[in-house]
Amino acid sequence: MKDEVLRVINLRVYYHTSLGQLKAVDGVTFSINSGERFGLVGESGSGKSTLAFALMRLIKPPGYIEGGEVLLDGLDLVKISDDEIRNVRLAKIALVPQGAMNSLNPVIRIKDQIIDGMVDHVEDIPRNTLEKRVHDLLEKVGLKHEVSHKFPHELSGGMKQRVCLAIAISLNPKVIIADEPTSALDVVVQRQVMLTLDQMQKDLGVSVLLVGHDIGLMAQFVDRVGVMYAGKLVEVDSVKEALKEPLHPYTKLLITCPPSLDEKGEFKGIPGLPPLLLNPPSGCVFHPRCPQVMSRCSAEVPILNEISPGRFVACHLYNEVEI
Amino acid sequence: MTVLLEARNVTKIFGSSGLIKKKETVALEDLSLFITQNPSSITGVAGESGSGKTTLARLLLGFIAPTRGVVLYKGRDIQKMSRDEKLEFRREVQVVFQDPYEVYNPFYKVDHALITPLRKFHLAKSKTEAFNLIEGALEAIGLHPSETIGRYPHQLSGGQCQRIMVARALLLKPRVIIADEPVSMVDASLRATILKSLRKINKDFGISILYISHDLTTTYQISDNIIVLYQGFVVEAGDVELVIKNPQHPYTKLLVSSIPLPDPDKKWEQERTLVVDQSSIKENHGCKFEDRCPYAMSMCRKNLPPLYQTDRYRAVRCFLYKDSPAIPGDAIGEVFVRKE
Repeated sequence: MKDEVLRVINLRVYYHTSLGQLKAVDGVTFSINSGERFGLVGESGSGKSTLAFALMRLIKPPGYIEGGEVLLDGLDLVKISDDEIRNVRLAKIALVPQGAMNSLNPVIRIKDQIIDGMVDHVEDIPRNTLEKRVHDLLEKVGLKHEVSHKFPHELSGGMKQRVCLAIAISLNPKVIIADEPTSALDVVVQRQVMLTLDQMQKDLGVSVLLVGHDIGLMAQFVDRVGVMYAGKLVEVDSVKEALKEPLHPYTKLLITCPPSLDEKGEFKGIPGLPPLLLNPPSGCVFHPRCPQVMSRCSAEVPILNEISPGRFVACHLYNEVEI
Repeated sequence: MTVLLEARNVTKIFGSSGLIKKKETVALEDLSLFITQNPSSITGVAGESGSGKTTLARLLLGFIAPTRGVVLYKGRDIQKMSRDEKLEFRREVQVVFQDPYEVYNPFYKVDHALITPLRKFHLAKSKTEAFNLIEGALEAIGLHPSETIGRYPHQLSGGQCQRIMVARALLLKPRVIIADEPVSMVDASLRATILKSLRKINKDFGISILYISHDLTTTYQISDNIIVLYQGFVVEAGDVELVIKNPQHPYTKLLVSSIPLPDPDKKWEQERTLVVDQSSIKENHGCKFEDRCPYAMSMCRKNLPPLYQTDRYRAVRCFLYKDSPAIPGDAIGEVFVRKE
């Protein structure tokens, strides 16, 4: 259970722009254990989707991976050749992108879309084995066999999203990256898709990296959570600890701002605006919005430290622990 | 209490004339609703995709005509208005759409979106007056004019863009604002600011708001009354506190229980039949929720339940409450809380 599947070390993804270099992901380090569910939360523009794409090495120019390592079972995905990464994608690490349901080809039947990836990675599979595999996969995501003969427009949004999950698990990957898999769906369908993902994860023992901004969804699904802000990881915790006693001031604000059903009252937002990544603030990137800002925050960049077992935070408030 | 905008027994059927058989989709069935002034109110409309929320918004705005029933503004049928009346209606009933990134023309500065309506409705005599009005509206919803005027849409965040849309609506001194999923495209941390702006203009300017969303948490936070739609029917309506805190219709119960709570100790329960296969839905003259309902009875399939008034401020369309008095569909306003 404790063995590491994915380790990301000091990953940096930059974009070339006419105004200079934009650091979309700036030195992110974390790891995911086998069979673990890891969540990445943050506001839009915090770099969480860029990070997800970088793990698949799908960053397109003007973006590029500036440095760092992505170790999948010891294999550095940043260094291997284009042909090798092509073989790794889907087979070992699969991505369910945001709005994945719209990525299905409207003129190809569902089964052929599922088969497509398998045929591309594994040669010479007899046709009837493939068909059987398609039925197994659809069953795993809770869809009926008839679905395989349908076209995407004949399915509802939630069903299409589950077809995308079926494609993602078609080659038994080690890690599934789900980038806001339910952002376009309404609550009931969202719950159904997430429960499907939940069941699938339990059945296959695959590791899941869930990217999203909904802290409620994270609480429902993941074991550990990483909070991203302006391209940096500011806190990594078990989801229980992060919600019960958050460490970083940003996490504290993030978990209190979504409107809840508990009390009707003032809307709490996070004061200020997300920083401009082209010209990030000095020191801690969060200091202009931080309610607990100190003088050293604008001068020194805090480092992600383990302040108690399994709890990491990048904030000067917790530096005394070390001394 | 004055009734401003009213939908009276509105039904909308979308028909596709197929070659062999005609296929009809009932988007909204016998819906009545009114939006009042003095006191102004915020009415929430909730439901899943395909429940008829956006159809309702488009009907109320006069973009589409109802198949049956009428939409009235100040007592006049909006489909039969004269040119001048229509102009007044267009100014007094404003809308905020879902996607703040798509409403702007990227080649123009955001000022363009604010000045055009002023010019169109002759609300400002000079450029200086126009800018004064714009600055006033921006400040009213908590934006700094210096940070917004003269910028291009791509230079602003989604939350700012959406708040400028609220400011644009406010600029025309409307009486009603219809907000169709105004926060669904915006980050959770920025939602609060938009909701705050909406609440503020409701309070400060007495503008009534129809808040349409599939997100029950924001609807709960902002609304006084709520209407829950399911496949074109009102299934539950009334005081938002009652409906959300203690839902009675099985569909509302399902909706409320599907909200992901930010508490890892309160997990969703595993339910197998949350969503029914679209292809298996058969013609059904009874309750539309029957095939998903855990409490379905034989009568549910045959007859459509009327609205039963189960509380002073709540009505539910479900036979489980058949001991309560039934009310006609157009009496929905009777169960709304009116704050004085």
